[in-house]
Amino acid sequence: MTALLRVSDLRVDYGSGRRANPAIRGVDFEVAPGEIVAVVGESGSGKSTISHALVRLLPDIARIRGGKVEFDGVDLLRAPVSAMRRIRGGRIGFVPQDPSHSLNPLMRIGEQIAETLRRHRGLSRADAAARAVEILAEVGVPEPERRATQYPHELSGGLRQRVLIGIAWACEPALVIADEPTSALDATVQRHVLDRMQSLAAEHNTAVLLVTHDLAVAADRANRIIVVEKGVIVEAGIAADVLSAPTHAYTRRLVAAAPGLNATRLKPTIAVVDQHIPDSTEPLVTVSGLTKTYGATGRAKAAAAPAVAGADFSIARGSTFSLVGESGSGKSTTARMVARIIPSDSGTITFDGQDITRVGGEALRQLRRRIQVVYQNPFGSLDPRMTVEKIIAEPLRAFGIGTRREQAATVRELLGQVRLAADLRTRRPAELSGGQRQRVAIARALALRPEFVVLDEPVSALDVSVQEQVLQLLVDLQAEFGLTYLFISHDLGVIRQISDRIAVMKDGHILEQADARHIFDDAEHPYTKELIAAIPGARR
Amino acid sequence: MSILRKPGLLLSFLMLAVTLLAMIAPQLLAPYDPYASVGAGRLLPPSPEHLFGTDHLARDVFSRVVYGAGLSLTAAGLAVIGGVIVGSVIGLVCGYLGGAIDFVAMRFVDVLIAIPGILLALIVVATLGFGPLSIAIGVGLGTAGSFARVMRSAVLRVRSEEYVEAARTIGVRGSGVLFRHVLPNAARPVVSMAALELAVAILSVSALSFLGFGAQPPAPEWGALVSAGRDFVAIAPWLSILPGVVILAVVLSVNRVSRFIGGDR
Repeated sequence: MTALLRVSDLRVDYGSGRRANPAIRGVDFEVAPGEIVAVVGESGSGKSTISHALVRLLPDIARIRGGKVEFDGVDLLRAPVSAMRRIRGGRIGFVPQDPSHSLNPLMRIGEQIAETLRRHRGLSRADAAARAVEILAEVGVPEPERRATQYPHELSGGLRQRVLIGIAWACEPALVIADEPTSALDATVQRHVLDRMQSLAAEHNTAVLLVTHDLAVAADRANRIIVVEKGVIVEAGIAADVLSAPTHAYTRRLVAAAPGLNATRLKPTIAVVDQHIPDSTEPLVTVSGLTKTYGATGRAKAAAAPAVAGADFSIARGSTFSLVGESGSGKSTTARMVARIIPSDSGTITFDGQDITRVGGEALRQLRRRIQVVYQNPFGSLDPRMTVEKIIAEPLRAFGIGTRREQAATVRELLGQVRLAADLRTRRPAELSGGQRQRVAIARALALRPEFVVLDEPVSALDVSVQEQVLQLLVDLQAEFGLTYLFISHDLGVIRQISDRIAVMKDGHILEQADARHIFDDAEHPYTKELIAAIPGARR
Repeated sequence: MSILRKPGLLLSFLMLAVTLLAMIAPQLLAPYDPYASVGAGRLLPPSPEHLFGTDHLARDVFSRVVYGAGLSLTAAGLAVIGGVIVGSVIGLVCGYLGGAIDFVAMRFVDVLIAIPGILLALIVVATLGFGPLSIAIGVGLGTAGSFARVMRSAVLRVRSEEYVEAARTIGVRGSGVLFRHVLPNAARPVVSMAALELAVAILSVSALSFLGFGAQPPAPEWGALVSAGRDFVAIAPWLSILPGVVILAVVLSVNRVSRFIGGDR
């Protein structure tokens, strides 16, 4: 079979002259007609740069240094701009990553699809509009006639991504490049969108180049997988082979780290000398009837849908209790109420036998010694102007613990505990990687030796391999210090790696809570089953 | 980034360096006593001995301009520093606390901004009496309003940042959050605006002393020098023009350098 797309020795630099920084360093691969090829790699690996270089839509500072991109007999790197314009959208479709920024907010959905059809197919206005409605139906948008007249803000993220897929396929292209098409979507939505994309590709015999950081998604969807690291292809082959018998060390690491492909709870890796044994069998935290409604006041409040409605659960000492749910399920709101960051409307929170629901002022501040929080976004939760040392020492300073010298020693000790080198002390957050920043945030949370740590999506902003390292660190620290965790995540794959007990939330309600094994082995609620089925990697 | 490749910026830095030297040690730059007549003659045109000529009392105008830098720029600097302090405190408190205090104080700021700066300064000078200090207070009050607004909006942005919430959850007290996290992160736009306002303040101070509200003769304040030359503008135009050119050059230099500080290279 002749290849549809043949890339040979593609090289791309960022910057030029002496400061040129090679991003793609000689990449060769082929895509056959109708084949789904996944390009997998972590952030900074160059996978997105490859996909953009193919259609010559790179940012200004990027320079294509050499190589050839043959598409259907045409060298795309040397084709005139006018020819490229006809190929983009016409012969090669593009599905962008972020559905919320990729549609024109001032144009109706139908018009945006029709625009592509009129430009490339030369359809009349009426024909294009009619065809746009058909396309919406094809990509699984309900009520396509009505949706075609709506604006992007009236559609959910999942529907918007379907519209973008519709635009990519509108002109029956031979190749569609999908750059992280579902990374911004909830797991169940992701699954439906990918299903739709896969069936479209099969129906129209379209080749798809699927760029993703998620090896599990690639495993589910692709015929072949190309693994990219630092601008070089380190491994390529049939999807099943790459996953079952990875030859390159980097691929092995990725496979080992992918949450969806590993179905067990992580065990502490350290030999714990004096393991903390809970001094009481009473649960550390008990929550009952916790309710919160945002925004409205008075009578309007009674009518508004609550963000959290009557949450009840308790957390055993030294265990991990996880709240899982999709965006808008109320899991973060619950966590923030338990951590006493936002007030609750009703219900009680008991911590170690003490009712902390209405504690305020200095008493609440003293409570911070025992309850700490780690945030989702390690880029936002550290003050950009402070050094790592100052950040980690800040809780000690706030409570006046130790002299300056003792604090510095504690910081060094904490850095060791979160497996960071002591010489990072003088750096600022901007000089650290995402994983390092999250470790700094964890070190800060541990500085006061708390008993209870609320972890709000602590790994969802990180690459999979880093994700796994941070989860392992959390498990080790839990064993070492007898910590109790309230863990929030949208990702059941991650939840499975760390939880003892799991509660599933949807629309502010806890639908089901049980021991982790019970949830995964025989979930009772249909929504839980749907969530489990949506974990990528399960179809392998 | 090489500053040498930007001649305008380089020139501006040089201009400010010379001005700063004139403020600190005018005797190093000025060839003559600014208050004593040099005896050579009255209303002499510019020449190598008298770069800016001499005035009607046969004093060296260049020396007077050099000594005037201290007076004019100190007044402008005081005005901006006062404006920054008053404005920042109002903006910080309003942005951080919000609620009724914010509402009332910001309406007061709106009124302050609605009154033209020069008019406000005139009112202050009329109330406190003539002199450079009154001018500084008047001009400073005029700038405080805009500093308050800029600070408030910066604080509102920073206050909702996650690291500010995180600081509270690790047990930092309210005042600690305000001074260690909110203020340092909100200060940058105020600092770059302060540099810009300095240029405006130099102009305002000069304008007010031109009108005769500032330092009284024989003090060599810049605006007053331009004003004094007015009477001889037909026979000795350099008396007004050259000090005016100096004011212009300093204002432009401050402006260029403040843009550089503000990150707009």
